[in-house]
Amino acid sequence: MITKDRILELLDYVKDPEIPAINVLELGVVRQVEVEPDGKAIITITPTYTGCPAMDVMAADIRKELLEAGVPAVEVRMSLSPAWTTDWITETGKRKLKEYGIAPPEKTADIRALKGEQPVVTCPQCGSTNTVMLSAFGSTACKALWKCNDCLEPFDQFKCL
Amino acid sequence: MSHQDALFTYTLRQADDLLILSHRLSEWCGHGPVLEEDIALTNRALDHIGEARNLYMYAGQVEGKGRDEDALAYLRNERQFVNTKLVEQPNGDYAHTIVRSFLFDAYHLPLAEALTKSTDAQLAAIAAKAVKEAQYHVKHSSDWLIRFGDGTEESHRRAQEALDNLWTYTGDLFVMDELHQDLVKAGIAPDLTKIKAAFDATVDKVLAEATLKRPADGFMATGGRQGKHSEHLGFILAEMQYLQRAYPGAEW
Repeated sequence: MITKDRILELLDYVKDPEIPAINVLELGVVRQVEVEPDGKAIITITPTYTGCPAMDVMAADIRKELLEAGVPAVEVRMSLSPAWTTDWITETGKRKLKEYGIAPPEKTADIRALKGEQPVVTCPQCGSTNTVMLSAFGSTACKALWKCNDCLEPFDQFKCL
Repeated sequence: MSHQDALFTYTLRQADDLLILSHRLSEWCGHGPVLEEDIALTNRALDHIGEARNLYMYAGQVEGKGRDEDALAYLRNERQFVNTKLVEQPNGDYAHTIVRSFLFDAYHLPLAEALTKSTDAQLAAIAAKAVKEAQYHVKHSSDWLIRFGDGTEESHRRAQEALDNLWTYTGDLFVMDELHQDLVKAGIAPDLTKIKAAFDATVDKVLAEATLKRPADGFMATGGRQGKHSEHLGFILAEMQYLQRAYPGAEW
């Protein structure tokens, strides 16, 4: 019988297919893990962005990881409410994003970008805050494109949501 | 009309708006004026199609005839689509594309905000997800409209022309027929006069900053919600549905 703790350990290995630096737990998309008496695991996940193509892949990867580890049956459920927020990315997740070269999201309380002000975003390369947004839309649905005025490198920022 | 039929149609109306606009925006893929905008429009298309997919899945459940999101998107005819005429209008120049999205965004954000309070839990959940993305959409289209309107003589002229051309299609967004009114009474759909007030406030604020003139409310080209469309929709569906029509049941 596989325990809930063991399943959480296994989920640690399921990466975000578009940002393989972090796993589904660190991303905050796993909302609930249940193990039924017959050993069937029910994993509830929530989408980051509604149209994010990575969600289908994540659901398939979760199934694969658990089935290969001997979980007899796996069901991945999708839950829309409450809506995912970048505040659910764990501190470890944020650190790993930064190490991977993606500026982690600010707190959603700091949602100044939408009110016409730019949030302060730190360059993941050199640590400068002298940065500017080039486009609110980046290489994936969850990222914006920024540039550092000091080291002159462009970088991705995980958007506040 | 039963409550179930009304809810099905209402959900389709929203889903069709998003799918058709998404398809139009996706036509810019690889043709954007600058790389950042090419990416921005396809990102927006993805947000819209994501919300449309959630709505189609729910509509299929409400209908209870076993139709999934693909059946609803790919296997209905033109007259069965109930999107507004606004979203099916051609991309035109970039001013037309931006104005079309701006007019839709100014309606979509307050609509999604209001739907988060719907008595229908699933519509509320889908809307709560969409609100956050819709805030980025309004910001994007407003920024460009201001840049065009308050830009060069040429960009101002084109933005005003796009606004004048597309304004007639905004009436469709706020049509409240009997079906809609019944759902308002049930607390499922919001009163569109309130959405219109929020739309007006956004439009007036952004147009003032963009130094553009708001067109007068004259003849409004409505009928989309009843399945009456401009000639453009048929061409969109011909392209979008081709694969499923030619090879029924084909999967990737």
